Amino acid sequence: MADYTEREMMAISAGRLISNGDVLFAGTGVSMLAATVSKRIHAPKAVVFFETGGIDPSLDELPMAVSDSRVMHGTCLNSGLVESFSIVGHRRLHTIAFLGAAQIDKFGNLNSTCIGDYHHPKVRFPGSGGACDAASLASGVIIFMQLGKRRFVKKLDYLTSPGWLQGGESRKEAGYARGGPIAVVTNKGIMKFDEATKAMYLAEYYPGVPISEITGEIDFDIDVAGAKESSPPTAEELRILREQVDPQRLILG
Amino acid sequence: MSLTEAVQRFIKNGSQVALGGFTVSRNPMAVAYEIIRQNIKDLHIVCHSQGQSFDILVGAGCVKRVELAYGANGRFASTCVRFRKAVERGDIEVEDYSNNQMSLRFLAGSLSIPFIPSKSGFETDLLHKEGFSTEMRSHRKVARKKFAEMTDPFDSDGGKVVLLPALQPDVALVHAQYVGDDGTVRIKGLTFADIEQAKAADAVIVTCEEIVPKSFIRLDPDQNSLPPFLIDAVVRLPYGAHPTACRLFYDYDAKHLNMYRYMARDDAGFRKYLDEWVLGVANHEEYLDKIGGSGLMTIKADPVIGYRPGLDRR
Repeated sequence: MADYTEREMMAISAGRLISNGDVLFAGTGVSMLAATVSKRIHAPKAVVFFETGGIDPSLDELPMAVSDSRVMHGTCLNSGLVESFSIVGHRRLHTIAFLGAAQIDKFGNLNSTCIGDYHHPKVRFPGSGGACDAASLASGVIIFMQLGKRRFVKKLDYLTSPGWLQGGESRKEAGYARGGPIAVVTNKGIMKFDEATKAMYLAEYYPGVPISEITGEIDFDIDVAGAKESSPPTAEELRILREQVDPQRLILG
Repeated sequence: MSLTEAVQRFIKNGSQVALGGFTVSRNPMAVAYEIIRQNIKDLHIVCHSQGQSFDILVGAGCVKRVELAYGANGRFASTCVRFRKAVERGDIEVEDYSNNQMSLRFLAGSLSIPFIPSKSGFETDLLHKEGFSTEMRSHRKVARKKFAEMTDPFDSDGGKVVLLPALQPDVALVHAQYVGDDGTVRIKGLTFADIEQAKAADAVIVTCEEIVPKSFIRLDPDQNSLPPFLIDAVVRLPYGAHPTACRLFYDYDAKHLNMYRYMARDDAGFRKYLDEWVLGVANHEEYLDKIGGSGLMTIKADPVIGYRPGLDRR
């Protein structure tokens, strides 16, 4: 039995995908952990900012919302929504957005609005917030999802945030200048998207996880031929995550 | 002006109201409670990402329609509890946009331009699915269409843009840290879209933590957010955003927000919350008495770093 949790593995896996110099758009929950982890461990020169307008906060304590006063402290600049979206889509910056959702399809399109018919939903979720904008404007998107057949679906009940749309060149044809999902970080492995078809494929499975355990929780066909085992979190990654990023275990649980 | 008078004068049945703040920060809570006590109905709420003030107004039955991007209280409620119920029951009319789209709509309203282009949301259901019916779109202050798409007239390659209708609400609600006795408003920390919303509105109610002398607020005008001549009512209400946070003054009240989420889960519990915390108190002073001195002390912010370090937030 591994001595780390799925959530810890997710935060560290996402952190490893970040490069120095990236500008990170973080939301609440695990995405906040991942952004903080990558800054503390993998990419110290990365900048974390929030759609609310907080740019490069010191993050001495973990924020519980993107409007938390903790995203306003130690920043280079406190601004507002209009300014923050000028950064997400800025042509000079390589911006990476962390997003979660209730449903995802094969091309990385996301639903965070509702289950069932939009006009008479069975379940209502919070809505886009800045997710559609980040998915439209950022250089790339990293998605966090728990696996599950009701989450990895053939057809979304509502398309809130654009991924690769119908695959191939469709995102470009729709009017987007750049961007698109880079990876889906789940509780059992990591998916990426084929360069040409833009279809999701299994890139990594976490140490000791059988591939069938992943495909069994996805409601569409997914290519697993090239999947490799992830390297487990290092002692140093775990130490920083536990002692510096979320010592109160507010999100790690 | 008193809180009672400000609400009576500027908020009517059917008013279009822009809520300031963002999820768990600087929500105009005291004004929301007063709207509920005055039993004002059929509000049309316009906002980007709203939390507690929005949810309690929806739960109390004050809201008929809403245009929003997001309804949640951060980690304290991943979807606003009463908003979710109201939508699932079909009690309110909802139109979904994104944060970028909503803040641009307020910006357009503030500039007195009828619409504004954006490059966000092509081929998504935010644009393909319309929440409001044609009938609803005949009402005052409701745009005739959700959006329009056109070819960029300045681009020889024929790039597409989304056009979003401007918003000019009847009234904008802002909770600020400071207002000068001349009416100059100073918001500290993130302004979200409060400034655009206030500039777009026909009337602005500002509640604040502190009223300070004109000589003080004009000593450093670089820090100020809104000029006096756009402000219609100023009410000094310390802790007026409780249980949401107000940077430099207090943190969010995690215990209270968790209690609210728990009680709001069923109709009887929500009713009990309203009876106890909103209808059962005559005014803001009685509300503060109910939270109590030690409750207020627990969330009191460190005035330098802006929040309460080490606050139990589970």
